[in-house]
Amino acid sequence: MAYKIVKKEVLNPQIFLMEVEAPLIAKKAEPGQFIILRIDEYGERVPFTIADFDRKKGTVTIIVQIVGKTTKDLAQVSEGESILDFAGPLGVPTPLEGLKKVAVIGGGLGTAIAYPQAKKLHSLGADVTVITGFRNKDLVILEDELKKVSNKLIVATDDGSNGNQGFVTDMLKKEIESGEKFDEVIAIGPLVMMKFVCQLTKQYDIPTTVSMNPVMIDGTGMCGGCRITVGGETKFACVDGPDFDGHKVDWDSALKRGKMFKDYEEKSCEDGHCRIGRTNRA
Amino acid sequence: MPNMRLDKNPMPEQCPNVRNKNFLEVTTGYTEEMAIDEAQRCLNCKHKPCMQGCPVSVKIPEFIAFIAEGEFEKAYQKIKETNALPAVCGRVCPQEKQCESKCVRGIKGESVGIGRLERFVADWHMKNVEEKIEKPVHNGKKVAVVGSGPSGLTVAGDLAKRGYEVTVYEAFHTAGGVLMYGIPEFRLPKDIVQKEIANLKDMGVDIQTNVIIGKTIMVDELFDEMGYDAVYIGSGAGLPSFMGLEGESLNGVYSANEFLTRINLMKGYKFPEYDTPVYVGKNVAVLGGGNVAMDAARSAKRLGADNVYIVYRRGKEELPARAEEVMHAEEEGIIFKLLQNPTKFVGNEDGWVTGMEVIKMELGEPDASGRRRPVPIEGSEELLDIDTVVVAIGQTPNPLIRKTTKGLDTNQRGCIIANEETGKTSKDHVYAGGDVVTGAATVILAMGAGKAAAEAIDKELNR
Repeated sequence: MAYKIVKKEVLNPQIFLMEVEAPLIAKKAEPGQFIILRIDEYGERVPFTIADFDRKKGTVTIIVQIVGKTTKDLAQVSEGESILDFAGPLGVPTPLEGLKKVAVIGGGLGTAIAYPQAKKLHSLGADVTVITGFRNKDLVILEDELKKVSNKLIVATDDGSNGNQGFVTDMLKKEIESGEKFDEVIAIGPLVMMKFVCQLTKQYDIPTTVSMNPVMIDGTGMCGGCRITVGGETKFACVDGPDFDGHKVDWDSALKRGKMFKDYEEKSCEDGHCRIGRTNRA
Repeated sequence: MPNMRLDKNPMPEQCPNVRNKNFLEVTTGYTEEMAIDEAQRCLNCKHKPCMQGCPVSVKIPEFIAFIAEGEFEKAYQKIKETNALPAVCGRVCPQEKQCESKCVRGIKGESVGIGRLERFVADWHMKNVEEKIEKPVHNGKKVAVVGSGPSGLTVAGDLAKRGYEVTVYEAFHTAGGVLMYGIPEFRLPKDIVQKEIANLKDMGVDIQTNVIIGKTIMVDELFDEMGYDAVYIGSGAGLPSFMGLEGESLNGVYSANEFLTRINLMKGYKFPEYDTPVYVGKNVAVLGGGNVAMDAARSAKRLGADNVYIVYRRGKEELPARAEEVMHAEEEGIIFKLLQNPTKFVGNEDGWVTGMEVIKMELGEPDASGRRRPVPIEGSEELLDIDTVVVAIGQTPNPLIRKTTKGLDTNQRGCIIANEETGKTSKDHVYAGGDVVTGAATVILAMGAGKAAAEAIDKELNR
């Protein structure tokens, strides 16, 4: 069994989109859930958030940032080709029902992961403010898509190259201080960004949901590789999350655990272990 | 005239100091001569006590008689009548507690090497006989099996033989369950597991990987939308227990499931040829005393650790692991720290484990299970230098299926409640067996449960 890439699109130099044929997963997918894929026999299992799905077409979209060996290899797989394994939907969907006014925050690739949340909230009739942040204007993704599903879209860049300089936290603070009353903030992006968003919203007592992204292997609760500490308790992000109350997450421990395999990741990326030349793609 | 030698033919194996640096199989198996010689020790008892010790009722004296005559293929076919996975069982069954414990030759001397002979026959068949499996004629009824571990595979094989259309749903990308992710290559080569599974596929069993029942498809949908007549749940006990100690989230602390899955299923021991890394430091502590702990400790040694400790709160007599595995571990240089229990893990600024505090224990009065309860000796704490910890203190069933299936009763340990003889659960047409019912047990008990359930499913659907 293999999973065909029916569409591939480069969104920016580091980020690309893949629409994968996976009807069983498309049928069940909800915002906040993820899949685990493996490219070929030699591959590792890596989690990716479901960025979009089309139940009729039977496809699931993932958005990938090139950060290491597997994502580099995945970038080599072309439209029309297949990958070996694609399993899901995993994790608990983000609870979105009943929310009235929400700020959805996406940092970098997190923007892609925040998109399905914004889309669902919008379809449920909530007032959605989307705040996304990128290093510079050339890296901005999904601007048009997000415009369609939000009442207000703020795109910030670290260097101000799009004319809107600042971090997502600066933008959120400005919104809150101008009198916007959010009943929930949903933050998705790098751990450090989510941590700072939580520090900010805590001051204003705004409930904040974050989407954790620890190392995973099976993604079904059988190994605990993805465990994080939330409110003093050990949780498995793959089955209890990946969404958690951001004000209860032990951020320092999560940041440290994220680095456990750093040396190996670098070694895996070195020349000579490249997949080119040893392809046995499905 | 039977061979009346008192001891078993020893099993040829790799030298301990060679094998503790590789992942090749430790034991290399009987030659034809050794097998015939060992088979001649069987007295072919009329009342066949050995068979009562086998959960899948292999016709032991009959297959051994064929070996004694040099009729190895006939011996194989005899085993296959009741056992779907002989190459696996011959290797990993605790025969000393099962068939071999009932062997008459064991009263005065050693029992017949039944497990070694079963393994010999299965290996001989794989090497010498081209499989020609005839697909049974379908009887028009469909059964779904959840999980492709030993119990699910047994149900699938037995029902396919009887003409059922069987689909096995597996969450991982490879079928086999614990045979693939848990038991290491050096005890159970993965090619052998896959060969046994390929035989089931040839018989018409359809195996769907990457399907998580309770997420991708719900149990009720298997009936309503997909038209299965019965469902067998053999999803195992895959949820790892942690000790709940301070510092358990430090880097370098693994569950045995994570450690072994990285190594076995993902072939982390071949990193970077394979992409999945596995970190092993110089001083490794494995917590627990079962087979999983032995497998983790011996794997850590093979990955280059200098000192590997088994830390167990009871004494050597109480180790739940097979005696043979404990012996192999000792030979390979694993250090046993018995009557000791960890109390906390200590880490450095970067969040890596650097030490483990242990407290000495003594055995007190027997507890409800009849085992003497370990009691800590106050003030006996000491700190060990440790840079890797593997927690192997047990597993419970994954909650995914019980949380998403209405009408399926479970006990307080999260195990599905099923009738012991039939595997029937509280939900109509749903059967269950193996570790998901008993909690973590053995491969052969899971297979025995599968066998019984297949029988019961067949009876129900043919009523």
